[in-house]
Amino acid sequence: MLNGIDPYILQILVNIGIAIVLALGLNLITGITGQLSLGHAAFMSTGAFASALITLRFPGVPFALNLLAAGLFSALVAALIGYPILRLTGDYLAICTLGFAEIVKVVFLNMEITNRALGLTVPPPASSIPMPVYVWAIAILTIVACSFIKESRFGRALKAIRDDEIAAEAMGINLTRYKIQSFAFGSFLAGVGGGLYAHFLGYINPSDFGFMKSVDMLNMVVLGGLGSVAGSVVGASILTAAPEFLRFMSQYRMLVYGALLVLLMVFRPNGLLGGVSFSGLLMRKCGLGACGRDGGKGEGA
Amino acid sequence: MLLQQLINGIALGSVYALIALGYTMVYGIIALINFAHGEIFMAGAFVGLIAVTRFHLNIFLAMLAAMAVCTVMGVVIERIAYRPLRRSSRLSALISAIGVSIFLSSLALMLFGADAKPFPDTAFPVRQIHMAGAEISSLQLLIIGVSALLMLGLEFIVRRTKIGKAMRAVSEDYQTAALMGIDVNRVISFTFAIGSALAGAGGVLVGLLFNAVSFNMGLMAGLKAFAAAVLGGIGSIPGAMLGGLFLGVTEVLGVAAGYSSYRDAIAFAILILVLLVKPTGLLGRAIQKKV
Repeated sequence: MLNGIDPYILQILVNIGIAIVLALGLNLITGITGQLSLGHAAFMSTGAFASALITLRFPGVPFALNLLAAGLFSALVAALIGYPILRLTGDYLAICTLGFAEIVKVVFLNMEITNRALGLTVPPPASSIPMPVYVWAIAILTIVACSFIKESRFGRALKAIRDDEIAAEAMGINLTRYKIQSFAFGSFLAGVGGGLYAHFLGYINPSDFGFMKSVDMLNMVVLGGLGSVAGSVVGASILTAAPEFLRFMSQYRMLVYGALLVLLMVFRPNGLLGGVSFSGLLMRKCGLGACGRDGGKGEGA
Repeated sequence: MLLQQLINGIALGSVYALIALGYTMVYGIIALINFAHGEIFMAGAFVGLIAVTRFHLNIFLAMLAAMAVCTVMGVVIERIAYRPLRRSSRLSALISAIGVSIFLSSLALMLFGADAKPFPDTAFPVRQIHMAGAEISSLQLLIIGVSALLMLGLEFIVRRTKIGKAMRAVSEDYQTAALMGIDVNRVISFTFAIGSALAGAGGVLVGLLFNAVSFNMGLMAGLKAFAAAVLGGIGSIPGAMLGGLFLGVTEVLGVAAGYSSYRDAIAFAILILVLLVKPTGLLGRAIQKKV
């Protein structure tokens, strides 16, 4: 059923699907819980290598189980490192996550099991379902799950932590527990995304998951609009597709990419979809809730 | 042996400290992690290299040229990429800084190519000096000397001049400083100018030390210098100096102990360990938050 699609377009689409899973994981940590992470690539890396090693050592394991294991492994690593470092706030946390990602990279570059600097060649996954379908099924599942989480009791607790930690704590929210849970779940998604990435690309190297990878994912989340699920999806799609569309200017590509980031931030500081709520738009369209919103604004002014 | 490694570490650490100062001053004033700072450092190295190879200046004049160009760059970057974002969320400014960083490093890649370029041997004659059982090269002396001089200069500006007083006031409280008649925009521009000048000098020194100037040298040096700034307590000027020296020395000692393949991880491991014990860095002040 995928025969009719141009393989190049298909490849971009798969990359977008993977980016969505990764960006939504980071959105949960940074966008919804407000914990700036500059090391999301570390958990992508642990997931990618776990998943690749499972396929290499135990070829019989079904792909779904493999991805689950990779995700859980990343979540475990995140919980272990998160327990001490999530007590730090703001930029101290950011630099710790950044440092942790560098440490993971260097350790993997020196480990026998990850084949050191040579990296691993990953055989195709043990699954009869074609990769693009697999990736998009997981991406859609992730979008649905994140939308539910955002509006759930758990998600509201996370947003409370983001908006004001002290007030949240006073309302009886266990800061450490919720932060670690959100960090672990976001990293779970990073692990799953890493597993998909490893099997789709067929080759992984510890150096692929450096600081720039983390920054790429952060760009997607911030560009789309922090905390917005739809925003992360849009950000992931645009930033994954953009380098492909900019390919015609070959050597100026990264130059333009950098300049675009600055321009977008200067003209749209809250991200493309920041502050836009789709349910709000829908309600206004139906004539509901509109007066409530405007009324609130009027009182304030 | 230990003394030898200590000297190597101090030389490396004083360059980290020079770069870290730029991070910490900018952070202290507008609470922005200026990710483009590493690229300014890279630009400084290239300006120094060009001044030496193309214009045959001596190394001190080359360093001055690098500082001048970097000063202009820092001020221009702040004006274009950060000032419009002063009132929006801090993450937007951070992404903007990352954008500038990507822009500058790919610009350098286009202009100068991908291979690392050495300084000519004539740029600075390196001689070994024997001192108390250790060997210290004239280059290390130059690095330590120049860094110390620049840091003393900075300390003088911040402590003893009117603009330094204004800088301290703005970093203490942005709004109150503005109410007291301080031109906040001018102070911020000045901070970027000084921080960038230090990074430019650091670039030339690192280019000499490793004898290599490349388009991507800013990334790792920038990250480590940022780690040094956080280690010392971000926003604190003596903290950045201490953090830089501390990281430089531990890194060199780690490499000497045989962990050279873990070189880049050592700095960050130390950073995480220190932050776990002292969450605001070595000299950082804990800020009491009120509801």
